[in-house]
Amino acid sequence: MKKRSLMQRLLGAPYILWAAIFIIVPLIIVVYYSFTDSAGNFTLDNIKGLAGYKDIFLISIEYSLIATVITLLISYPFAYIMSRKKESTQRIMMMLVMLPMWMNLLIRTYSWMNILEKNGIINNFLALIGVEPLKMIGTPGAVIFGMIYNYIPYMILPIYSVMAKIEPSLLEAAEDLGSNGFSKLRRIILPLSMPGVVSGFTMVFVPSVSTFYISQKLGGKIMLVGDAIEKQIQSLYNYNLGAALSLVLMVLILLSMALMKKFAGDSGDNILV
Amino acid sequence: MKKNIIELKNISVKFDDDVILDDLSLSIGDGEFVTFLGSSGCGKTTTLRIIAGFLEPDSGEVFFDSKNMSGVPPYKREVNTIFQRYALFPNYNVFENIAYGLRVRHVPEAEIKQKVSEMLTLVNLEGFEKRHISKLSGGQQQRVAIARALVLKPKVLLLDEPLAALDLKLRKDMQNELKNIQKALGITFVFVTHDQEEALSMSDTVVVMNEGKVQQIGSPIDIYNEPKNAFVADFIGESNILDGTMKADYRAYFSGREFKCLDAGFGVNEPVDIVVRPEDVDIVKKGEGMLDGIVTSVTFRGVHFEIIVDIGGFKWMIQTTDEHKPGEEVGLFIEPDAIHVMKKSKYSGKFGDYSSYSDELDTLNQLPEDEDDE
Amino acid sequence: MKKHSGNIFIGIIYFLLYAPLLVMVFFSFNEAKSTSVFTGFSLKWYRELFASSTTMTALKNTLILAVLSSVIATVIGTAAAVYIYYLRKKWWKNTLDIVTNIPMMNPDIVTGVSLMLLFVFVGRLVGAANSLSFITLLIAHVTFNLPYVILNVLPKLNQTDSHLVEAAQDLGSTPTEAFFRVILPAIMPGVTSGLLMAFTLSLDDFVISYYTTGSSFQTLPLLIFSMTKKAVKPDMYALSTIIFVTVLVLLLAVNIGQIKAAEKNEKHK
Repeated sequence: MKKRSLMQRLLGAPYILWAAIFIIVPLIIVVYYSFTDSAGNFTLDNIKGLAGYKDIFLISIEYSLIATVITLLISYPFAYIMSRKKESTQRIMMMLVMLPMWMNLLIRTYSWMNILEKNGIINNFLALIGVEPLKMIGTPGAVIFGMIYNYIPYMILPIYSVMAKIEPSLLEAAEDLGSNGFSKLRRIILPLSMPGVVSGFTMVFVPSVSTFYISQKLGGKIMLVGDAIEKQIQSLYNYNLGAALSLVLMVLILLSMALMKKFAGDSGDNILV
Repeated sequence: MKKNIIELKNISVKFDDDVILDDLSLSIGDGEFVTFLGSSGCGKTTTLRIIAGFLEPDSGEVFFDSKNMSGVPPYKREVNTIFQRYALFPNYNVFENIAYGLRVRHVPEAEIKQKVSEMLTLVNLEGFEKRHISKLSGGQQQRVAIARALVLKPKVLLLDEPLAALDLKLRKDMQNELKNIQKALGITFVFVTHDQEEALSMSDTVVVMNEGKVQQIGSPIDIYNEPKNAFVADFIGESNILDGTMKADYRAYFSGREFKCLDAGFGVNEPVDIVVRPEDVDIVKKGEGMLDGIVTSVTFRGVHFEIIVDIGGFKWMIQTTDEHKPGEEVGLFIEPDAIHVMKKSKYSGKFGDYSSYSDELDTLNQLPEDEDDE
Repeated sequence: MKKHSGNIFIGIIYFLLYAPLLVMVFFSFNEAKSTSVFTGFSLKWYRELFASSTTMTALKNTLILAVLSSVIATVIGTAAAVYIYYLRKKWWKNTLDIVTNIPMMNPDIVTGVSLMLLFVFVGRLVGAANSLSFITLLIAHVTFNLPYVILNVLPKLNQTDSHLVEAAQDLGSTPTEAFFRVILPAIMPGVTSGLLMAFTLSLDDFVISYYTTGSSFQTLPLLIFSMTKKAVKPDMYALSTIIFVTVLVLLLAVNIGQIKAAEKNEKHK
């Protein structure tokens, strides 16, 4: 018996070591940098400096929330319709939803930039029919649109996969007991699909709120948290402020996920347990 | 004197606070077909796993062929196991599954081929070598599991409720096949089941277990005819179990009168449990038997009628091929050899009359004042 | 009526999803350098693509990185999954669960920045000239790949019959032998899908790579990023079109079997 547990520990040791060094320690270091200055002395200046970024945080949350909600509103019916199709159609549809996910984010966003920019495709087309060019790049709408566009598949897939698992016999039982279309949706499908909704919400909100590329390309002068962090780290080499910003971002996301878990009850989506 | 191939001495096992096996001791003779019989949770599977080596007891010892097996891992014991859901290796076909143990022992290829062939013939699966596991029926999978274990010629074969997943007729066929294989090979079989009919039909020896303890060990006939306590009497077959007193040797008192019986050796006026099997009671005209009562229900079971007769509040069950009608007033004729007397045990009073068959309904129906059997 | 409006809705969404991709494919064949005005059909960007050494090097780097990081992550991750599967102590299992979730839950930028800061910190401690290099990039990729490998292997482990290992031991195998002969083959599909997932995640990663690579090692996404800083020439589109077609073919190959099987099932209904 002892022999077995030694071998077992050997199996897990590489991962535990790796996780400790490269997952846990970096987070500690972020905290460290947040509370020190460039000479290594303890300071609260970085934290105080965050006050100036309050607005950036707010619009980042605002845009990504709007984007996530709209994505949800689009994806939910999409997933529902998809789940009612026959199986071969479902597979084809899923394949087509997944395909854009595999394309590079940068390229897809850049393509939209080409479509939406001042002398981009849409405006060229409008010019052809004699309409004034629209300003699309540099508006919040473009940024939000970019978020929605990039992350829709991440909302469709989890909702769809949960919906597809709802046993038809459940719906038949509901009908048998008197539920018609809408009440069936509200009473049975909606609650049962919640785990997928929560999952999708997270998978859209988190990358949206932390993006810098989408805002860089489609947002013009608009600056989100991701842009702020990027600027501090890559341009200004102010690791301390950058770390502080990252720390707040991380805490923000942890809070929103905890909130969502509470909201959705216990859909308990842990990998291991 | 038959050698004991396996001996368990004072085995105790606890999981957290639950006692699974309570100071269990028993011996298994070489070449026997032994069955551990009991309902789920009685400890029979745990005992099997201890013999196999998958579990070390908290205290007590296991002896195999007189050698102490403490600390010996399963892959070093000369026992093989048939698992309840067969545990066939999904990545191997039939041939490779059966050959597994031989390959591990680096047996030469030609010998492997020959031995696997023999086994396939033994279990009636010739030609199935290349078949994939997932394409086998339950019965076929089971025979592969048996072949896989037997090809290694173990001294003891452990079978953990192997027939539980099969349907009735197939199960009966497999019972016969297993019995034949065991006789032909002379290997000791240790069989675990909760099905008492299965135990009675296949075994040389039955070990009845409950709550981690051995309740009775004996041949099927002995266990059936002479149960040691109320639990065994109730678990095996159907029994009317009554509260009684031994007035003297060969004289038992129950249901309000004295009966001649064949049991002796109890103290004078010692309280005992009386067992009368339903098929041993005759229904006669009222007044012509030892007891009088009213028929409360009649159920046709095909092979016989099951008749519930109310005698002074206690519901007797009789099995007979004569039909009777509910409400009929009848008499019960009980011969001396139909009466079996047992010492009182912790199980006395736990098994009531035939108001219901199962414990569950009993507790639902239980009224605040205790029901009393006559 | 309801069915049609549903299908129209689906059609619109798909159109929006694929619009930029279609633009990309379309303009990859553009004669002119522009990515918004189409002048004529040409394959020159494809030719330029293969001629460009920066692009080809970046491609090669990306593939090497993806192969290395996915293989390493799969080995460590599979071992980890087996370890976790056999764990009894609940509190430890829960802790590992949280830790494993962290890289998946954290936005890329936090993972990237935190790793970068670690490397910088250590670099300063050791007095190194360059804190970031191929090694740091590799470490970063393995780190974000690990949870996905575990996520793929562990369910397969949970699905395998718990008695398989016992049966193997019963027949004479030591626990190690039992693992390699019986368990590993049974979980292979999970290991393979974990490997593939890690591979594709690595191929596509931009943000984390951005923060953890040294200046000498450039991957394709990083190259694309630096190029999108200025005006993008259609050769980037050509590259993306090639990737697009490759992925499409791969997805088709993987799914076609299942789609055909599903169609057969429906016919029999």
